[in-house]
Amino acid sequence: MIELLAFDFMRRALLAAVLVGLAAPAVGTFIVQRRLSLLGDGIGHVALTGVALGFLTGTAPVLTAVVVSVLGAITIELVRARGRTSGDVALALLFYGGIAGGVLLIGLAPGGSNSTLTSYLFGSISSVTALDLWVIAIMAVGVLAVVAVFGRELFVLCQDEEVAKASGLPVRFLSMLIAVTAALTVVIAMRVVGLLLVSALMVVPVATSQQLTKGFRATMTLAMALGVAATVGGLGFAYYADVAPGSAIVLIALAGFGVALGVGRFVRRSRTQESAP
Amino acid sequence: MTIAFQMTGGRVTLDRRPVLRGIDLTVTEGEVVAILGPNGSGKSTLVRALLGLVPLSGGTTLVYGVPPARFRDWKRIGYVPQRLSVGGGVPATVREVVLSGRIARQRRLRPTSGEDRAAVADALEAVGLTARAGDPVHTLSGGQQQRVLIARALAGRPDTFVMDEPTAGVDAESQRALADTLGTLVATGRTVVLVAHELGPLEPLITRAVVLRDGMIVHDGEPPAAAGAPAEPGREHVHPHGPVARDELLRWTS
Repeated sequence: MIELLAFDFMRRALLAAVLVGLAAPAVGTFIVQRRLSLLGDGIGHVALTGVALGFLTGTAPVLTAVVVSVLGAITIELVRARGRTSGDVALALLFYGGIAGGVLLIGLAPGGSNSTLTSYLFGSISSVTALDLWVIAIMAVGVLAVVAVFGRELFVLCQDEEVAKASGLPVRFLSMLIAVTAALTVVIAMRVVGLLLVSALMVVPVATSQQLTKGFRATMTLAMALGVAATVGGLGFAYYADVAPGSAIVLIALAGFGVALGVGRFVRRSRTQESAP
Repeated sequence: MTIAFQMTGGRVTLDRRPVLRGIDLTVTEGEVVAILGPNGSGKSTLVRALLGLVPLSGGTTLVYGVPPARFRDWKRIGYVPQRLSVGGGVPATVREVVLSGRIARQRRLRPTSGEDRAAVADALEAVGLTARAGDPVHTLSGGQQQRVLIARALAGRPDTFVMDEPTAGVDAESQRALADTLGTLVATGRTVVLVAHELGPLEPLITRAVVLRDGMIVHDGEPPAAAGAPAEPGREHVHPHGPVARDELLRWTS
């Protein structure tokens, strides 16, 4: 029975890792293109309040985290769309509020303490429950569906918002869609790498991929492959080396970036030499 | 005659600074209008306001008879922004960017069609960038990037082109390529509204010049006569201000 449970936990963890590895870089490609690389971090901070709210109200933290981070993402998008320079400060305020709110609420929750939050801050893939996995799976499918259905429009939007408007695209809806999709991704990735490292999975595989690719679609595809390689590889490494999976996943992703940087330079240099007369 | 754009008493205020101060401008189908004027005179703001990209603080503007916010037929419009924004460092190929010009004609969940691909191929051919289709746009020169933007608008096969400084910072070769492309469009009866600092090789194509200064129209009528080109017979224009001497226009725009 124990072995079966152990098998289940590993299977759940792996499945969660694959889903996160696919979804985070897919959304991340649009977010990086839109110069919102830190959006994931912001939502991650806000999500902490959601997690604590779950403990306080006795609801599944993953569900309250979804609600609060979606609300946070909508707020961030409204601030972004409206403001210019003040937006930056408004976002910072929201981030601090998110962390402080989380710590305050967890203190109020019966039996809750900051150590309860630690597994959400740094991830705890081995404690992914069946409910967590269902939530993760449904949301990951949702995120990938958004990318598949709206990808063309999001590409135009993220490249040039005015062109998107002059093409008759629903710019406000699409901007909101990106923010909400990012929020869902944050919650999906929360259990795997932790809220503090969530953004890394959205940004690092994309940064790695764009060293090697020429086109947008190629960048996204490679980023998704790299994302899965990092999450699954990190999980395996963490299991054998007995370290926290979140850190292993992100460090593997960063190592990939380092390698790609070198390879990318080399490839570009040989390309220019080829084309030189 | 169909009216593409009609602005009446258009005012725009940005950061409490009046940028457009009462613009009356009607562009009918088939016209090739150059918006000229010194830096800061409101040229870019005017074309962006025509499309509803900048909100009016006074007056009205219509795109094919409909306010921009309620306009739905955006496939009739091809907007060429001032420059290509290379989003956040994520590469995109020339073909991907040009294909995105089809967006107003594409439906969600429908894959890219043969017609889309044909339009992209034609557009790339028209601006002479077929050989660069697979290259990342950020590796192209400024002039080539400008051609990519024009190809993107061409790919949508719109009736009306709105171009914000298509010749700014563009090398001579790209300027000629642009003039050729524009010539073909004009010959097929498309409407063009373009912002320019100087017309260069585009000069012979322009049918009407609108000169802005401090957010107001100071001249609307004959374009400057092309240097050395014979006057075209049969091109009759009745404009309130009549023809304008070339050096007079240059004085306005410089």
